[in-house]
Amino acid sequence: MTTTQPETRRLVVEMRDITKKFPGVIANEDVTLEVRRGEIHALLGENGAGKSTLMSVLCGLYQPDGGSLHLALHQEELCETVLRSPRHAIQAGIGMVYQHFKLIPTFSVTENILLGAEDTPTVLDLKQSGARIAEIAERFALPVDPEARVWQLSVGEQQRVEILKQLYRGAALLILDEPTAVLTPQESDALGETMHSLAASGVSIVFISHKLDEVLAYADRVTVLRGGKTAATVDVADVTKADLARLMVGRDVLFSADKPDAELGPDALVLHGVTAMGDRSVTAVNNVSLTVRGGEILGIAGVAGNGQKELVEVMTGLRTPTAGSVTVRGADLTGKSAIDFIQGGVAHVPADRLGQGLAGNLPLTDNVILKSFRSEPISHRSFLNKKAIREMSIRLIEAFNVLPGDPDAKASGLSGGNQQKLILAREIDATDRLAVGDEPAVLVAVYPTRGLDVGAIEIVRDALLNQRAIGAAVVMVSEDLDELRTLSDRIAVLHGGEVMGVVDPASTSKDDLGLLMAGERLS
Amino acid sequence: MDLDLVTSILAIATFAGASLVLATIGEIFTERVGILNLGVEGMMIMGAVTGFATAYRTNNVWLGVVVAGIVGGLMALVHAFATITLRADQIVSGLAITLLGTGLASFLGQVIGPDGGPLVGLTGPKFTKWPIPGLSSLPLVGEGFFNQDPIVYSLFVVVPVSWYFLYKTRPGLYLRAVGESASTSDAVGVSVFGRRYGYTVLGGVMAGVAGSHLSLSYTPGWTENLTGGRGWIVIALVIFATWNPARAVVGALLFGGVNAIQFRLQAEGTNLPASILNMSPYILTVLVLILITRTDKLRQTIGAPAGLGIPYHREERE
Ligand SMILES: Nc1ncnc2c1ncn2[C@@H]1O[C@H](COP(=O)(O)OP(=O)(O)OP(=O)(O)O)[C@@H](O)[C@H]1O
Ligand SMILES: [Mg+2]
Repeated sequence: MTTTQPETRRLVVEMRDITKKFPGVIANEDVTLEVRRGEIHALLGENGAGKSTLMSVLCGLYQPDGGSLHLALHQEELCETVLRSPRHAIQAGIGMVYQHFKLIPTFSVTENILLGAEDTPTVLDLKQSGARIAEIAERFALPVDPEARVWQLSVGEQQRVEILKQLYRGAALLILDEPTAVLTPQESDALGETMHSLAASGVSIVFISHKLDEVLAYADRVTVLRGGKTAATVDVADVTKADLARLMVGRDVLFSADKPDAELGPDALVLHGVTAMGDRSVTAVNNVSLTVRGGEILGIAGVAGNGQKELVEVMTGLRTPTAGSVTVRGADLTGKSAIDFIQGGVAHVPADRLGQGLAGNLPLTDNVILKSFRSEPISHRSFLNKKAIREMSIRLIEAFNVLPGDPDAKASGLSGGNQQKLILAREIDATDRLAVGDEPAVLVAVYPTRGLDVGAIEIVRDALLNQRAIGAAVVMVSEDLDELRTLSDRIAVLHGGEVMGVVDPASTSKDDLGLLMAGERLS
Repeated sequence: MDLDLVTSILAIATFAGASLVLATIGEIFTERVGILNLGVEGMMIMGAVTGFATAYRTNNVWLGVVVAGIVGGLMALVHAFATITLRADQIVSGLAITLLGTGLASFLGQVIGPDGGPLVGLTGPKFTKWPIPGLSSLPLVGEGFFNQDPIVYSLFVVVPVSWYFLYKTRPGLYLRAVGESASTSDAVGVSVFGRRYGYTVLGGVMAGVAGSHLSLSYTPGWTENLTGGRGWIVIALVIFATWNPARAVVGALLFGGVNAIQFRLQAEGTNLPASILNMSPYILTVLVLILITRTDKLRQTIGAPAGLGIPYHREERE
């Protein structure tokens, strides 16, 4: 991968013994990280291991409680630096691409890139700045339209804007927090190319990822964090996937899930000729008919933005179809509201964790009962039962290994992966309750393992397969083709809001799935 | 309708709308950095009473305007401190500013007249009209646009400059960014704190000056409840204008126009009860709000600053 010996390249960043505490948690404890010039350095660790926190310290957003930072991005010699704000970090040559993009949706690409850039003129000349951006975009092969509004762009394009923004400001160190978590496989490959060409031109890159294959493919070196401390820094050439997993989790991890044959139950969720509008008043779901039976996992594949979001909303009662019908366990729920769907037996793990999944300012306990507060024993004649709530919270927190497991902490303080575990815990618990007799519950899970570490993915996959084993009808939307192929019994491929085909994962190759996703029907 | 009637309605509309335009643009600046200040009514009425008292005592209307601006700015500073530094709820703080302002203004009206007496009923100095030779005798618009007082004329500068500043300059871009998302702005190196303070205070200054236009020109003198809820109309106008200073003018003229027509009708002795006529601008406000929220779906995506009302602290997760 690397041609010059990495050791001979000089250090550009040295974080020594960094400690960062939050109320009740030590997110980073004496963490050391070294980055060389032109190196691609991966940062690995379980959910909540402190990766994002460490990077937030490096980009001036968080002030460390201990330790020191030495930089040589704009000069030859390492020099101790205190970064008092993101502004300082930018001036020092550090560019961060956050897990949640820092873009203003209503602004154009150009306006977003000009924001905070040193040399933005007092009177804006968007044409001229746009031309400069287009030129940099060309040089680094990052195609985007400078005049487009950010809300019109796909996630992959938004990420390109973020990277462009940092390059426009002359960043010499690029930090990417879980850059591939939201990308399609093709987009991830393109990002890998971009990282290599940037590194070749002397830019150093730190990227966080949970996908070990990617780390092995893209990185030169890896630093692994465990429980807020540095576990190791290793050369990629010297390790295997299993080694990395062991360093992260502290035990061996199984990468494949055993799946017994499906025992199909009755039809649980039936969509018949469903058509629905998207937010921008265009048809997002077009004449979709699907049947999901108890005891099976129906995978939904497709490039993001091809109607998955709207289809899921129709399945969960959040969007009313303009044509067609939705039947849950034999009851026609077309046009009914979300509460009818919940009571009718549909559980939902949404894609947008903080927007639709959790109430960030409320404690874990309140978030855990969001779906069950109407029923015994959580409430009794409109009074909440504190004791039952606590018991339920603690039970679910333990079952899904949500960390830190303080039931009274705010949900927004959890790391991204742990938020996801909390939602899953609640929804899977709901499907357990919703199943009545032989009538299976329906679980609609959207990107259930997005942003999770390998250990947590194992937990989630087991939980989904377990639901299937006890007879629930599971719908799983994912962009990870490997995941879809290992877990699903059938895969429906969406393109332009239409089902291109429902295929058997065992007899369909990844390439064929790719073709269907691109809108070509198999002959 | 005969031409004279239209001319005179336009003249009154402009005259009545001037304070609305000023205060609305001020509130647009404030809301565009993400701070909702419901204290406009309080700041306007305090501007009105202190502006008039100052002008009365010094016999200088300009000094009155300056003091009104300072008073408005100081009140906004209180709001800024409460909501930006202490991260108090913006609605509660804004309402408190209005309650404080109206109460204090009515108290001051009793005691800051000559010899610690009331201001009510006094005639003091006021702005006179400066007709612009030639232009003021133009048909239709001459009366309305070119035979006005200097505060109205200042809008010829304030409106286009505000618009240009907001949409065409770097500081304007940064100001809008802060209102859209404080955390994004901070992360990209656009500091939030100073901007939020600055533009909140600017909004207060403009509301204060707007108030003084009422007591020094539109209805010269001081009476209880002089602003008559104009501060609330301003809040609605900001939405009507979809946070765009240029559109604020249209809205303000419309409201000024309704006022003017209502005066006319009253003067001509209609059968309609006066209270209904007095209500008409407020009914219009409600109607307009219903209309724009119903018809313009895009309003939500292109209009309201997405970060409006959301406090910001760097090390706290959203
Ligand atoms: N602003 C904050 N306030 C309170 N606690 C926080 C804050 N930021 C992080 N933490 C805590 O610090 C720990 C490390 O979190 P961090 O986000 O760095 O994890 P991570 O390694 O990025 O995890 P993930 O892979 O899930 O994104 C977690 O326990 C988290 O709950
Ligand atoms: Mg993270």
